Amino acid sequence: MSRRIDHFVLKVDPILCDGFGHCHELAPELVHVDEWGYPIINEQPTSSSDLALLKSARLAVRGCPRQALRIERISGPT
Amino acid sequence: MTMTNSLPRVMHGASGRPLSLREHEEAFGTTTVGAALLRELDASGLLGRGGASFTTAKKVELLRSQRGHHKVVVVNAMEGEPVGHKDRTLLSSNPHLVLDGAQYLATMIGARRIEVCVSRKDSTIVHHVQRALHERELRKTGPEFVLQTPPWRYVAGEESALVHWLNDNETMPQYRPNRPHVLHVGRSPALAVNAETSAHVGMIGRFGADWFRELGTPLSPGSTLVSITGAVYRPTVHEVPLGTTLRSILADAGADPDPQAILLGGYGGAWLSAEHQDVAYCNEALLPFGASVGGGIIVVVPKGACGIAETQRIVAWMANESSRQCGPCAFGLPALAQDLRTVLRGSRAPRVVLERLKERCAVIDGRGACRHPDGVVRLVQSALEVFKDDVEGHVNGTPCDGVTSTRHWVAVPALERESELVWE
Ligand code: SF4
Ligand code: SF4
Repeated sequence: MSRRIDHFVLKVDPILCDGFGHCHELAPELVHVDEWGYPIINEQPTSSSDLALLKSARLAVRGCPRQALRIERISGPT
Repeated sequence: MTMTNSLPRVMHGASGRPLSLREHEEAFGTTTVGAALLRELDASGLLGRGGASFTTAKKVELLRSQRGHHKVVVVNAMEGEPVGHKDRTLLSSNPHLVLDGAQYLATMIGARRIEVCVSRKDSTIVHHVQRALHERELRKTGPEFVLQTPPWRYVAGEESALVHWLNDNETMPQYRPNRPHVLHVGRSPALAVNAETSAHVGMIGRFGADWFRELGTPLSPGSTLVSITGAVYRPTVHEVPLGTTLRSILADAGADPDPQAILLGGYGGAWLSAEHQDVAYCNEALLPFGASVGGGIIVVVPKGACGIAETQRIVAWMANESSRQCGPCAFGLPALAQDLRTVLRGSRAPRVVLERLKERCAVIDGRGACRHPDGVVRLVQSALEVFKDDVEGHVNGTPCDGVTSTRHWVAVPALERESELVWE
């Protein structure tokens, strides 16, 4: 199948991030934390049609106290 | 004027002191390829000599496509690696060749200003560059040159950190999510090149791409400068064609003929076991060994030295040099140094710690704003691979003899604040 599907990845600016870990609580499916509390984000693009995941990604972006997160959209064939 | 295709090239005419502008022009000539410069640079396939080995012509293309009348060329001679001396050697033998290259680059991208960055720690080099710039000023032609002297730090030579310094006097790298990324000084797009790269551009601008490609391999053309230290007769900077075997480079430098291992690419580079000495010194041949030419650094470590101890000292220093902006780097690198120390001493359940070290390497990799932590991870992973038997010895409580030796082979500066390093 080479339909063009929109995907997204969550990206963190490591300089802004302070490691409070709110993103992990808001989007546990996408974000894990390392032993120091900094987010390890799932690097695999997630399909935008997965609305539950997209919603939690948005929650994480909005909930980040340092505004260090953003959603990057990737379009391309899967 | 033509030039023979033998070495030295960028070190041509090198004597104990820097060439004056007149001597430089006598030795290298003043004729250039003129308008064909961009085409020649593209055909030369010159790769950046600063560490990342990015194609210079591509960088120039990217900058050419930017709008703006006030573009800037940044010549990076910061040389953050304590074991690297090539840019300093180059600037103290022929600063004008570097400046020529910068001038050609400025013409190609349409820049009006050239910032030459030398760390203020090297007052002699600062002085050499100052003199060279003064000589050019007297001619009253060409673009404007500005000498910049940022403080010396390992990460200060990273190009985004350098540009950060030019903008805000902070030597910290910046987060650049989308690559290739165009750096800006003020609002002007900036082209940052290593000093040696700039010198090669100065040669290509004179003698053209065909001449340049007479040395080197098709993928890594030209010659390159290498700083060789460690178990050698005398630490030197050599100019070698890319693709020469490592063995002959080491032999020329008078290195220990039967070493244990070789550190390639600097503190953020990789160890190479001495049994692979016959590999060609160029990126395409080194890639299967996980190593690269990097910033042109070779450190020879003899048999009897402890590779883990050497690595541990480097990692501890690198952890201290982190700019501490990103969590995984600021906390992760001291943790790696600590784990290595535990493995080295064989105390406190070393096998568990060894496993933790491997996991931590994987966790940290790629999560900083710059490549600083990635380089350290690469170094640690290569050390665990190359010194596999020694690691086993340490873990089993039977360390090698080298660990008690006070003689060190990789020159690591003393830590400023060792007590602050461990943040656990
Ligand atoms: S919420 Fe923001 S600041 Fe907190 S850990 Fe996540 S990315 Fe970092
Ligand atoms: S990765 Fe390390 S050295 Fe690079 S910007 Fe972040 S903290 Fe600084």
